[in-house]
Amino acid sequence: MSAVIENHHEDHHHGPAKGITRWLYTTNHKDIGTLYLWFSFAMFLIGGAMAMVIRAELFQPGMQIVEPEFYNQMITLHGLIMIFGGVMPAFVGLANWLVPMMIGAPDMALPRMNNLSFWILPFAFFILLSSLFMEGGAPNFGWTFYAPLSTTYAPPSVTFFIFSVHIMGASSIMGAINVVVTIMNMRAPGVGLMKMPLFVWSWLITAYLLIAVMPVLAGAVTMMLMDIHFGTSFFNAAGGGDPVLFQHIFWFFGHPEVYIMILPAFGIVSHIIETFSRKQLFGYSSMVWAMLSIAILSFVVWAHHMFTVGLPLAAEIFFMWATMLIAVPTGVKVFNWVATMFRGSITFETPMLFALAFVVLFTIGGLSGLMLAIVPADFQYHDTYFVVAHFHYVLVPGAIFSIMAAVYYWIPKWTGNMYDERLGKLHFWLSFTGVNVTFFPQHFIGLAGMPRRYPDYALQFADWNMVSSVGAFLFGFSQLLFLFIVLKTVMGGKKATAQVWEGAKGLEWSVASPAPYHTFSTPPKID
Amino acid sequence: MNKGSKKTLTKLIIAVPLMFAFGFALVPLYDVFCEVTGLNGKVFQSEHTESLVIDDGRSISLQFISTNNENMPWTFQPSKEVMKIETGKYHTATFFVKNTTNKKMVAQAVPSVAPSNAAAHLKKLECFCFEQQELLPGEEATLPVKLLVSNELPSNIKNIILSYTIFDITDYNDESLAHHETGME
Repeated sequence: MSAVIENHHEDHHHGPAKGITRWLYTTNHKDIGTLYLWFSFAMFLIGGAMAMVIRAELFQPGMQIVEPEFYNQMITLHGLIMIFGGVMPAFVGLANWLVPMMIGAPDMALPRMNNLSFWILPFAFFILLSSLFMEGGAPNFGWTFYAPLSTTYAPPSVTFFIFSVHIMGASSIMGAINVVVTIMNMRAPGVGLMKMPLFVWSWLITAYLLIAVMPVLAGAVTMMLMDIHFGTSFFNAAGGGDPVLFQHIFWFFGHPEVYIMILPAFGIVSHIIETFSRKQLFGYSSMVWAMLSIAILSFVVWAHHMFTVGLPLAAEIFFMWATMLIAVPTGVKVFNWVATMFRGSITFETPMLFALAFVVLFTIGGLSGLMLAIVPADFQYHDTYFVVAHFHYVLVPGAIFSIMAAVYYWIPKWTGNMYDERLGKLHFWLSFTGVNVTFFPQHFIGLAGMPRRYPDYALQFADWNMVSSVGAFLFGFSQLLFLFIVLKTVMGGKKATAQVWEGAKGLEWSVASPAPYHTFSTPPKID
Repeated sequence: MNKGSKKTLTKLIIAVPLMFAFGFALVPLYDVFCEVTGLNGKVFQSEHTESLVIDDGRSISLQFISTNNENMPWTFQPSKEVMKIETGKYHTATFFVKNTTNKKMVAQAVPSVAPSNAAAHLKKLECFCFEQQELLPGEEATLPVKLLVSNELPSNIKNIILSYTIFDITDYNDESLAHHETGME
């Protein structure tokens, strides 16, 4: 990172402080964005290492490498770390870097809260990871932590888990409040709401979702804490509570959470496809309305995760149709991306490759989601590897590919250097192959009936599991190449121009590369 | 910070505890929803107000199921598994229970009714599930439930299942109860 620091220093008389205090005390949106991005990369590698343990154990039937208890801890921590430590902080990091530059603001509206919301995160994950070394082991009840597994039958470390979820929630809420206040009040004159770049729109909607549901998650873990330590019976049937209530509260948070992890991706991909198609984005306002309707619908579909708990028929039909309705705005977005590319003069640089893979593979994940929305079919698919395949298709080549696309697309702006295009393309093709070899076969073994969350499986699933594990190792190790590419770009490389990409539009491309430490101290003129 | 930012910030900061409270409000809302719709097979006790005319009563079968919650070693079973009953009339059924351990234990039975739309029509006048059962080591008991199925029961329902799950709610920290480390059966 030091190369970047010195570059900045040359550019500006009021540059960053020197040494570690720059990062500890910083209130600069670019510094905090960088911190978030590096933190999420570290979590991505830790969570990824856990995925490698899981796939190594599943390489062959029978118990080979880890104990079943440890396997359960791995699947739990893998899910929690990837969601709360990987994807969400990465998007917050991108928002920090990009939102102020895209709307012509000098910084985020609440810079000190910004510092706080980042710096409590490492503590949350330190607490969560330290539970691995506690008596009874780390949380082992799956990332959805259903009661009573997470209350009556939980290991003692569950209290640490609850505390760390509280901290993560506080961090997310502060980050979201910051984004909303910034977007609503700090746009440069001339940047009307319907003139905002789509990434800004996607984050505005995401931030509202976060403010609405993260407190509900905090409520759910607080109820768990009270059931475990203070003798209440929210989820305990013996005391008049109801474990199914836990699932309702959890998924009331959980489903909007799913869209929190995909809406910013929609924004990113819209920018990249527009740039590399060298055309104006097709259907800007329908993109905004589609995201708004997805966000609103996300509050009335939660019980589609619970079709097998014994819901009444009327509820199952309602949640089935409401879920399928989401395909309409999502379809609008996919068609708009395709229409943007239609007759464009497209080039296939690494960000564009990731964005295109996003469109195709996210659509596959969306289609398997529609299959899961069909109630009678879901009775069959529920808790099988088909579900695992579905949500990994929307999260890995969905959310994570969009984050990688964003990094390749904006890293010249951040560092002033072009990344190595040949290595970038290699990284893309390795990841693309790895992801599909890993997760596509999981559709087959899921439909054949292999249940999720078990360390062992019946012999007939052996072949596809081995294929899936090979794909996972390929995908996992190619991310080290990504780390290498990012480090190499930070250290040096071909100098980037201010506009960087031929077709790039937007305020962030009007400032020099690398972006000076302070941008838009006076609002830009918008024509 | 400008004025607009302060206003937005205040609104959002108020929204956070409101949503936190909403999470807790979901708990009673969930019960209200179940009560209104009769979902979840939960039996809610209400005063029996309708007149007890028995002339349009019909015969249905009432089935009993007993389940032991995990780690609950007691013997627990219905005296009769199926009863033919008349709607609009009181009937008494009994369950046999025995503490098979060598320690004093307290239990609580939790009822559930299937199909769920029958739950609102099954009224219990008296039930062992209204109170806790405390049994000495080896003690046995016959637990009664006095109930009535109202005539309003939808005509397509010919068979109702009343199921009880028995939970161990012994307070093992309580010194007055016998010590902990005893065998199960």
